[in-house]
Amino acid sequence: MTDKVDRSKRRLLLAATSAAGGVAAVGVATPFVMSFMPSERAKAAGAPVEVDIGAIEPGTMKVVEWQGKPVWIVRRNQEMLDLLPKHDEELTDPTGSVPQQPDYCNNPNRSIKPEIFVVIGICTHLGCSPSYRPEVAPADLGTAWAGGWFCPCHGSRFDMAARVYKGSPAPTNLIIPPHQYLSDNLLLIGDDKKKGAA
Amino acid sequence: MKLINKLWMLVLLMVPAMAFASTGVHLDAAPGNLNDKASLQRGAQFFVANCLACHSAAYMRYNRLMDIGMSEDEIRKLLPEGSKPGSTMKAMMDSESAKAAFGAAPPDLSVEVRARGADWVYTYLRSFYVDTNRPSGVNNVVFPLVAMPNILGPLQGDQALEVVKHEGGHEVETLKLTTPGTMSTKEFDATVGDLVNFLDYMSEPAKLVRYKLGYIVLGFLFILLILTYLLKKEFWKDIH
Amino acid sequence: MKLLNDFIGWVDERFPLIETWKYHLSEYYAPKNFNFWYFFGSLSLLVFVIQVLSGIFLTMSYKPDALFAFASVEYIMRDVQSGWLMRYIHSTGASLFFVVVYLHMFRGMMYGSYRKPRELLWIIGVVIYLALMAEAFMGYLLPWGQMSFWGAQVIVNLFSSVPFVGNELSVLIRGDYVISDATLNRFFALHVAAIPLVLAGIVFVHLIALHAVGSNNPDGIEIKKNKGSNGIPLDGIPFHPYYTVKDMVAVVIFLMVFCAIVFFAPDMGGYFLEANNFMPANPMQTPAHIAPVWYFTPYYAILRAVPPMFGSQFPGVIAMGIGAIAIVFLPWLDRGKVKSIRYRGPIYKAFLASFVISFIGLGYLGMMPVTPTYTLISQVLSVVYFAFFILMPWYTKIDKCKPEPDRVTFK
Repeated sequence: MTDKVDRSKRRLLLAATSAAGGVAAVGVATPFVMSFMPSERAKAAGAPVEVDIGAIEPGTMKVVEWQGKPVWIVRRNQEMLDLLPKHDEELTDPTGSVPQQPDYCNNPNRSIKPEIFVVIGICTHLGCSPSYRPEVAPADLGTAWAGGWFCPCHGSRFDMAARVYKGSPAPTNLIIPPHQYLSDNLLLIGDDKKKGAA
Repeated sequence: MKLINKLWMLVLLMVPAMAFASTGVHLDAAPGNLNDKASLQRGAQFFVANCLACHSAAYMRYNRLMDIGMSEDEIRKLLPEGSKPGSTMKAMMDSESAKAAFGAAPPDLSVEVRARGADWVYTYLRSFYVDTNRPSGVNNVVFPLVAMPNILGPLQGDQALEVVKHEGGHEVETLKLTTPGTMSTKEFDATVGDLVNFLDYMSEPAKLVRYKLGYIVLGFLFILLILTYLLKKEFWKDIH
Repeated sequence: MKLLNDFIGWVDERFPLIETWKYHLSEYYAPKNFNFWYFFGSLSLLVFVIQVLSGIFLTMSYKPDALFAFASVEYIMRDVQSGWLMRYIHSTGASLFFVVVYLHMFRGMMYGSYRKPRELLWIIGVVIYLALMAEAFMGYLLPWGQMSFWGAQVIVNLFSSVPFVGNELSVLIRGDYVISDATLNRFFALHVAAIPLVLAGIVFVHLIALHAVGSNNPDGIEIKKNKGSNGIPLDGIPFHPYYTVKDMVAVVIFLMVFCAIVFFAPDMGGYFLEANNFMPANPMQTPAHIAPVWYFTPYYAILRAVPPMFGSQFPGVIAMGIGAIAIVFLPWLDRGKVKSIRYRGPIYKAFLASFVISFIGLGYLGMMPVTPTYTLISQVLSVVYFAFFILMPWYTKIDKCKPEPDRVTFK
């Protein structure tokens, strides 16, 4: 071996090859990581769902599946709507300052139409699905209960706009999914961009 | 090294011989072009309107038609009742009743072109002829005694099988149009060409992506080749 | 940098890190006259890694169930993000694995790499080759297409020709009376877990054995016979960096071939992915023409060349089996005074050439339908194939060898 080695050239070539090799490694890793994303089948199963809300009676709830999660659709009656603004001081986030809802639902009723309420029925604490308890002041939930949802896993409480009460383990209000009205009684859940899609 | 040269010669000699001889029926070359989006779209429309009555394409999703340039609204117009854009292409008729009606279950067409070849499908669809001995009233040159009726008959017209004797005794079977259909032969061939082009696309939707990505990857590897070669040359200066 | 050195020091006190690095790479002295043929060992290792990686990702979406297997492969090809790429990498890798392994083995034959002291290294290599064939055969069933099904049917039925226990043996392998869901499920287990573990183990042992005896070279002489005052072979150079940088060039060229196939011709004209395998397995109907994948066809041709004897196909199966493992006996069949083809006489060269021609010819005939002419040619080529081994003690002894040099020839 000779000592007449051009060290700097060697270093430069090593650096260039290593850099290109690094790019190659990222390039190879990309499709492998991509394959972990939801497949077309999963996406098709999680596609927006159309719901006919005509048959939902006032005060009752309908559950539909979207992306494998329960979505609640409630037709609130006037009594429920009247009770909503009366307990703001008991709530963690009464005004929806945490973006748990699309902008068009960031209002006191957390909905597009006041009476129709759409929300994902998954507790923001650890992912259980809370129970629907619309009755006011039942024996087991106490006299302060103004109707809403109660999570059986860890006792989180939500009002009729799925806003969390103070002292619940759940940190935030329930999430409202993107949705839009295709007609008066036809709701599209999971997509709020495409107008007039039939 | 001579030996190696001989080996390569041998390998090269074998390559042409490797092309498999198939059924023996002459196959017409399908005029497909996967980059012709208009042709693919015509083929997709025709496929959904005609083939999906009996055949499924159970691995193909409707919304995949965006690959060939169709908009979501156009795709929605193709959807049967109860299907979503993400649904797969299911036959209108279920496999069991189709089997009862035709004597054989219609095969799924998702990968048919990959299994049989575009030329085979293209020739097959144009090679029905009248044969009154068959329950369907037709027979096929490429697929004798096929169970499928000639549903494209009204478009193509009726064909008859003619055996022409050539000098030297060998016989050649040819098909002759006896009753014209609603399309001219040229129109019909173009329509089947579009359909087969679409079937070809459907048998491997990743093909177009594959080519595009391939050039990028090979280009990058070429740069890497230059770098590694220079690196090797630099280090091997040491060795005498 | 100091932190890194400290960390390496910490590890090295607890694990022979630097020692291992030196022993296997920076102070492993390989002959400096390696040529083109010496790339295929590293490349085999590379393909092994590629197969393991792509295989793991395929396993995440594949379903080893006769009802869902075919559909799950199409699911991978269409619905899984870049799933088609994983599958083509794996299918291309399977064929190219055999390409590089066959070239690697032929290199060993040409330069006498199986001769003393490398007999054990050679045997381990043959075991890897056999395990690889089992791996490929079982993997080929998984897409559950027509070729998968009928190929497995034919090969497993070979076992039923074994005298006395044949039928029971083939039923045992299948777990059923035909190739079925049970067979698919167990082949899946063997293909993704059992054999890859065995392969990883014996590949490791192969490398350890290699580094113990040292690499052979195109001159077939031992570089350890000429050591400098520092104890380093005069014709040896450290594997790292010299052969690591050289192998990198080969790796990139190989990857270009690999990617050209993956992206532009994954079917390889029906040789890597067969058209009939895009039809779901149908136990009621055999395709008109079935042949094993190209890497098995030489042995398949030998099988078909041997006529049934005593009303049994068994002699053909035996011939095929011996054909596949014959190379393991090379260290004891070869009586030549020199190792490398460079210093062998014309007789050996003629026999080796006829061996290569018979192997490739048999491989070609194994894909062809049976005709009397083809069968006759297969029989002649099978005789030539076995003659290479059977006559080896004789022709290597009488052959006129040229004198070996003392030092390797370089440039």
